[in-house]
Amino acid sequence: MADSYYDPKDLRKFGKITEWSEELGTKFFDYYGKVFEEGALSAREKSLIALAVSHVVKCPYCIDAYTKDGLQKGITKEEMMEAVHVGAAIESGATLVHGVQMMNKYNKLSM
Amino acid sequence: MATKSLKAQGDELAVSNKQLEILNGGIFADGELPYFKDKINQIGQFPLRPKKLEVLQINVGYMCNQVCEHCHVDAGPDRKEIMTRETMKQCLEVIKNTGAHTLDLTGGAPEMNPHFRWFVEEAAKAGIKDFIVRSNLTIIRANKKYYDLPDFFKKHNVHVISSMPHWTRGKTDKQRGDGVFDKSIKALQELNERGYGMPDSELRLDLVYNPSGAYLPGDQTAMEKDFKKALKEDFGIQFHNLFAITNLPIARFLDYLIASENYEDYMYALVEAYNPAAVANVMCTNTISVSWDGWLYDCDFNQMLDLKVASKVKHIKDYNEDILNDRNIIISQHCYGCTAGAGSSCQGTVA
Ligand code: SF4
Ligand code: SF4
Repeated sequence: MADSYYDPKDLRKFGKITEWSEELGTKFFDYYGKVFEEGALSAREKSLIALAVSHVVKCPYCIDAYTKDGLQKGITKEEMMEAVHVGAAIESGATLVHGVQMMNKYNKLSM
Repeated sequence: MATKSLKAQGDELAVSNKQLEILNGGIFADGELPYFKDKINQIGQFPLRPKKLEVLQINVGYMCNQVCEHCHVDAGPDRKEIMTRETMKQCLEVIKNTGAHTLDLTGGAPEMNPHFRWFVEEAAKAGIKDFIVRSNLTIIRANKKYYDLPDFFKKHNVHVISSMPHWTRGKTDKQRGDGVFDKSIKALQELNERGYGMPDSELRLDLVYNPSGAYLPGDQTAMEKDFKKALKEDFGIQFHNLFAITNLPIARFLDYLIASENYEDYMYALVEAYNPAAVANVMCTNTISVSWDGWLYDCDFNQMLDLKVASKVKHIKDYNEDILNDRNIIISQHCYGCTAGAGSSCQGTVA
């Protein structure tokens, strides 16, 4: 058994999830593949979104995968870091906007 | 940034046997990853056989004014291997008699061979359809004696193919050395001024993109679009096509992969991206590569691994197309680099 929760080598085995549920696994990978195809958004733009989201959901596998994907697409490190800041800004904004809920509740409960 | 070739450093990887030991051993010998041979056997392509000869690639020497980190030739200013005029004459004989429509001069920096201009002039007379010189661009700005190269290329209608790792200074200089980006830009502008790379121009100027690190190249068409946009907007530069090339785990790139502990992951990535549809068109199937000392190889990569053709005819002086065509191409795990994704050859993707 591995002695840490995350092993970078596990990313190589991602495809194996279909072994325990072929139908759902295949449906997922079909969907996933389709999402990242060139569409109204370019594959490059999608890669940067994916990188930002990877940070927000804090998935080390996705961070590795989309840093590499960005390099493959010629995306610069400055663009990558800006994308991460976009993710971080939304994430902190999302935390802070709940402050309004807190304020509402506070005000409602207070005389 | 390296300043010397592996050979000059006395690095053990400068020896081709050591490289082959790595490529054939480790994760492949353990059975973790399949041998290339077994992979292509599954689609009935083993042994890999040549088709009609179309390209004669001549490596006129390993001397170069650069020491790029990823260089599979392990070229550099300290490399003294240079093709003699005698060997060039033997090549010219073959050029005149072969059906190959493309002549591809490579190096090192081919322009540094003292007989380079003579050879181009002589070879240009042979009526080759596509006459390529792989110029690293900076050589054009390296020294006054090379400043007139753009005119020389134009005079002989040479097809210039040049490497450009990225449209930004930082990434380009990291892979190829400080100052390379600015010199390359200047050289491209000089070529443009002569008419090279213009949309309707017959003076062909193509760029080669290969990744600056342990990852595979992205989609060639998308990369070309990005390169064209950035170079045009930032520097007014135009060119015809961009060829995306995968780095093969040979010489300095192999050394980098091992030193940065990326070797295994990179080989996994290559094997995972293996595309059976690319096998039939790998460049060794229509190319012969000649080394500075006249030996024949299936490709420039096999040349660097010193895997001479498996044929009775092994040297340019004994050249015989029929005998040569009846050979099996020598392969090893580096060949995964030619079949990854859309495939990779000296002219970009193949599938
Ligand atoms: S990659 Fe090309 S320019 Fe760079 S050192 Fe090698 S031969 Fe010279
Ligand atoms: S490395 Fe050479 S021999 Fe191997 S597939 Fe590529 S071109 Fe052919």
